[in-house]
Amino acid sequence: MVDNTSEHVAAGGSPFLAPGNTFTSITNKITGIVLTKRTPLAWFIGFFVGFMLLQSLMVSLVWILLKGVGVWGVNQPIGWGFAIINFVWWIGIGHAGTLISAILLLFRAQWRMSISRAAEAMTVFAVMCAAIFPVFHTGRPWLAAYWLFPYPNVMGIWPQFRSPLIWDVFAVSTYATVSIVFWYIGLIPDLASMRDRAKNRFAQVAYGIFSMGWRGSARHWQRYELASLLLAGLSTPLVLSVHTVVSFDFSAGIVPGWHATIFPPYFVAGAVYAGFAMVLTLLIPFRVIYGLQDFITERHLNNMAKVTLVTGLIVFYGYMMEVFFGWYSANQYESYMIFNRQHGPYAPMYWFLIFCNGVVPQLLWSKKIRTSPVPLFAVCMFVNIGMWLERFVIVVTSLHRDFLPGSWGMYYPTFWDWSTFAGTIGLFLTMFYAFVRLLPMISIFEIRTLSPDAHPHGHGEEEGAHV
Amino acid sequence: MSDHASMQTATGGALYGLCAEFADTGALLSAAGRVYREGYRNIDAFSPAPIHGLAEAMGQNDRRLPKFTLLGGLSGTAAGYGLGYWVSVWAYPLNIGGRPLHSWPAFIIPAYETTILFASLATAIGMIILCGLPHPYHPLFNVKRFREHATNDGLFLCVESTDPKFDRVATRQLLESLGAKEINEVEA
Repeated sequence: MVDNTSEHVAAGGSPFLAPGNTFTSITNKITGIVLTKRTPLAWFIGFFVGFMLLQSLMVSLVWILLKGVGVWGVNQPIGWGFAIINFVWWIGIGHAGTLISAILLLFRAQWRMSISRAAEAMTVFAVMCAAIFPVFHTGRPWLAAYWLFPYPNVMGIWPQFRSPLIWDVFAVSTYATVSIVFWYIGLIPDLASMRDRAKNRFAQVAYGIFSMGWRGSARHWQRYELASLLLAGLSTPLVLSVHTVVSFDFSAGIVPGWHATIFPPYFVAGAVYAGFAMVLTLLIPFRVIYGLQDFITERHLNNMAKVTLVTGLIVFYGYMMEVFFGWYSANQYESYMIFNRQHGPYAPMYWFLIFCNGVVPQLLWSKKIRTSPVPLFAVCMFVNIGMWLERFVIVVTSLHRDFLPGSWGMYYPTFWDWSTFAGTIGLFLTMFYAFVRLLPMISIFEIRTLSPDAHPHGHGEEEGAHV
Repeated sequence: MSDHASMQTATGGALYGLCAEFADTGALLSAAGRVYREGYRNIDAFSPAPIHGLAEAMGQNDRRLPKFTLLGGLSGTAAGYGLGYWVSVWAYPLNIGGRPLHSWPAFIIPAYETTILFASLATAIGMIILCGLPHPYHPLFNVKRFREHATNDGLFLCVESTDPKFDRVATRQLLESLGAKEINEVEA
């Protein structure tokens, strides 16, 4: 699949689409995933697992509302336990979707096209999961709105605009909104394809409403492509700002281990790293379940693994710099923070983090591993765990021993911490499986542009195909 | 020029236009350009994937969308910064460690986010408005070939009967001469 493409590329095709695909075959293959009566057994298994875990979220959230956030292990001095760890983890995962759909669009990287839809869906669902944690961490969310959102309330109270927490509300709510808008705009032409191919009356009406009557007019396409480009240009500074603002939640404080200027770039790199690992975690099985090797080729896996490796190295550089700053600051609190991470009660978490994010990703230097689905999937699972541990280490080891030994303490997650976390994984899986079943998981119209059909014959590629 | 009687389809309905189908992108692109150069203006081409230069070949030069983005972005900056300023200086002034009420560096961050939020929404809504969407019903969907192939694999060019140059015979002949593989009358 990697090597037999040169002739096909010369004929106006793309190296990111298997040869022999036409407009018709692309439409049939991708809409066929949804418009079929035969759903693969693996889909039912995956959806069932996700849906069961989702019930754990429902029960946990009801229990939290009944009893209060005390059912979580949070207390002094660690007031931010799993809630913030999971929030940052989920938000970070979302970043790959925007990076793929926005930044790679600006770079005209064609390999973006077959993975962007699923990655954007992942972003939207990851942000949904993330939002649950800070909202429920407030204890009574319906009373917390006045200090999160600026709206006129009977108490005449307004949010504090100097606080990183309010910046976070603006960043995350903007991110969620823009991600949904970008995703939906990208879906419109494909929803029209679904509308015109659906046999079932309900499906025709539902896709028809959401496709807004799209009919592929050239006058529309011109504005549509311009809108996509503008939205990509807007999403690029947005995605870089979101994890920067999330890192301000930490770095604007004075706690050793948080108060570091390296946080914004290191968080953004970590987010992209975690996100690409999650995209691979989702797409490696789905490409096999649905036989999408034509669209998600080994070159796609290879490229995504390369991005994971590069951002992983940036993250690992961040870890080394934290250690360096601990020593170079000549500040006893900073140096104790590093000593405590490496030798304190949470040292196993720290060393496993270094193993997951520092050692395991080095396997991605090998092209053989980057293009072999099973080992790549295993590496990505380590990255997912490693990035979760990173947030655990940042939040817990920094808070549990700060300046005064008299205020030191330990943090132990409770059953409800774990059940809420597992529950959000359930929400994520349920949403993702539902998405795959109901919407085209690959952008049909963008893949069509990779086919020789989309280009006047004899001209071939007009734009350079960059990797 | 055509008289009123000729503006009816074979089934007796009013005629919206002629819809020609082309075999490949190159044929559609050159046909669209040729029809435009012949003086037709109420024309549109349809393809399942964006084709570069097709709208331009039909004389479209629409530069309004970036203005929506710019206006959205500027109003977002003003709204975000104005909100922070108004809340912190007028509506709910709080002394936080003696910092000035107008702590402008802190207000930039929400203003940055609202700039992007407003600009994105303006771009998306602007695109939808400029395209005249939502438009669930369109006469072209009366053509079976169009309904089944426009969003799948068909390439179409439609000349509308409202065009001053439209003539059901002469226009059809022009489309045939451009290599249309099938021409259908569109019932309005």
